[in-house]
Amino acid sequence: METAIAFWNILKKDIKNYYLKPPNISWGIIFPLSWTLMQLIRSPNMEIIELLPGLMAMSVLFGTTSMLAVTITFEKRSHSFDRLLLAPISLGILVFAKLSGAVIFGLVNAFVPVVFAAFFTDLSGINWPIVIIAVILIAITSALIGLLIAVSVKEVFEAQTLSNFFRFPMLFLCGLFMPIEHLPAILKPITFCLPLTYGTDALNRAIRCSSIFYPTFNIFITLVFSVLLFCLCQRSIKKNWIL
Amino acid sequence: MEVVSVTNLKKKYGEFLAVDHISFSIKQGEVFGFLGPNGAGKTSTINMMIGLSRPTGGHIEIFGIDAVKDVKKVQRIIGVVPDENNLYDEMNGFDNLCFCASLYGISKAKREKRAVELLEQFNLTDAGKRPFKTYSKGMKRKLTIAAAIIHDPKILFLDEPTTGIDVESARQIRELILHLKNQGKTIFITTHYIEEAQRVCDRIAFIVKGRIVKIGSVRELLENTEQEHKLKLKVAGSLNELSGELKNHFQNFKLEILDENSLLITSEERVTLSPIIRWLDSKGILVYEAREIKPSLEDVFVKITGSKAAQISGKEKVEM
Ligand SMILES: Nc1ncnc2c1ncn2[C@@H]1O[C@H](COP(=O)(O)OP(=O)(O)OP(=O)(O)O)[C@@H](O)[C@H]1O
Ligand SMILES: [Mg+2]
Repeated sequence: METAIAFWNILKKDIKNYYLKPPNISWGIIFPLSWTLMQLIRSPNMEIIELLPGLMAMSVLFGTTSMLAVTITFEKRSHSFDRLLLAPISLGILVFAKLSGAVIFGLVNAFVPVVFAAFFTDLSGINWPIVIIAVILIAITSALIGLLIAVSVKEVFEAQTLSNFFRFPMLFLCGLFMPIEHLPAILKPITFCLPLTYGTDALNRAIRCSSIFYPTFNIFITLVFSVLLFCLCQRSIKKNWIL
Repeated sequence: MEVVSVTNLKKKYGEFLAVDHISFSIKQGEVFGFLGPNGAGKTSTINMMIGLSRPTGGHIEIFGIDAVKDVKKVQRIIGVVPDENNLYDEMNGFDNLCFCASLYGISKAKREKRAVELLEQFNLTDAGKRPFKTYSKGMKRKLTIAAAIIHDPKILFLDEPTTGIDVESARQIRELILHLKNQGKTIFITTHYIEEAQRVCDRIAFIVKGRIVKIGSVRELLENTEQEHKLKLKVAGSLNELSGELKNHFQNFKLEILDENSLLITSEERVTLSPIIRWLDSKGILVYEAREIKPSLEDVFVKITGSKAAQISGKEKVEM
């Protein structure tokens, strides 16, 4: 019960202090929206539903990686993160609470393109449970990658730069807008090492009924990535921040 | 009863030994001070005790709990005021306090009640509605202390609680510390203000370059250190011309003419005054005041460490 109170209040504070701040809300809405428009203008004949999985994955990726990384480096710099490290809650719960805020933010971001698409096309054929699971898992893995970045840098701008370094290549490597089959052969091994590939594939299946792997396999792999990244994050925090 | 015991604690940063095998213990209800210059290893020691840093070696026990292995258990019963304020700039005072309380699993009704009480006790009721970032340094420090005791910890760690704030705020903070002591809290405080240590601490450890060079109650420290005897004489008439003659005549004392009308006598042994008074009298100079100068903790510190007092206290006077 005590842990639940702490968890809930950390989550609530993050949402109120960071995620609900106007610049972040606009980032969450404007970025996916402008990408959707750009894609539509570039290829007007394209069905919007074809774009939807990529757009959702991208919205989540961009919404979560930088948010968690930036907020944590920010708290680290202002010493308020030490307040959290001093609390009698385990590091796992702390990371989980921080993560949850980013995941919720990512989830909301993911549905911006969906709402947009609903005006233009019929979304009734979509397998929503899979979509939600996939989005959550993409959000978790992206946020954890962001967190790993945050742990390894000192400045907020470093967190920004480093997360861009990871996520822009991922846009192209993970089959968001370009089918993986069309990638050069040397890049394919990298593709299959990135969790986003599997999350996007699951979305593709749920929305467009076309995918490389079965959804259960995709979900399983992304889950494994999530657990691995979670442990890695915890370890790095212990190593880098509890000196 | 001993509630904190630290044995052979060691901290290395790379090859640099910041805390060098220190041992001490703190009794229940006691204010224990860590006094040392910048870079002595005070913060490093505190951080190991509160679980923000891992010791390179040694053992820390707090209320019978191993503070290295069971960090989270210890953190439940300790309150910490770190050297840098650790509250949220964007949040107001009240929300900051409530948030900190929630980290200890305190229910909403309870934490709000406690926050209101603490804001009142710390004279921050009005400021409680303003964001933390709008606070003055002294107010920030007070709120940080309030946040540190919101879960009613058994022992409070304060890392330089009054550094960088004005005299009046510092005085209020020292009063708060003494008030907490009267409530039975055990307190560990670091400072580089000697007078502050002398005023609030029951026992003091001098720490220099990562080592504890002396430890004891303020009285013990003052008594046990062999001190020179110092007497200050005030006279009517000018001493200036007599300087050489005076020094020649009383070679077993160290004599220093402070100004035209005052003379400082320093000696290893007790000073017998009558010869000096008689001699001065014969020169037509009247002694109208003789005062013994008691050794201060600062003298003790200088004597033990050989360091200049100015280095440690920055020559800032602490007023109570
Ligand atoms: N993370 C670190 N890495 C390397 N050296 C460090 C680190 N933290 C502290 N030190 C060094 O260890 C020594 C002790 O530092 P510490 O902060 O414990 O001193 P302090 O007594 O708290 O000083 P101050 O009065 O300035 O706060 C210093 O020489 C400092 O430079
Ligand atoms: Mg310090």
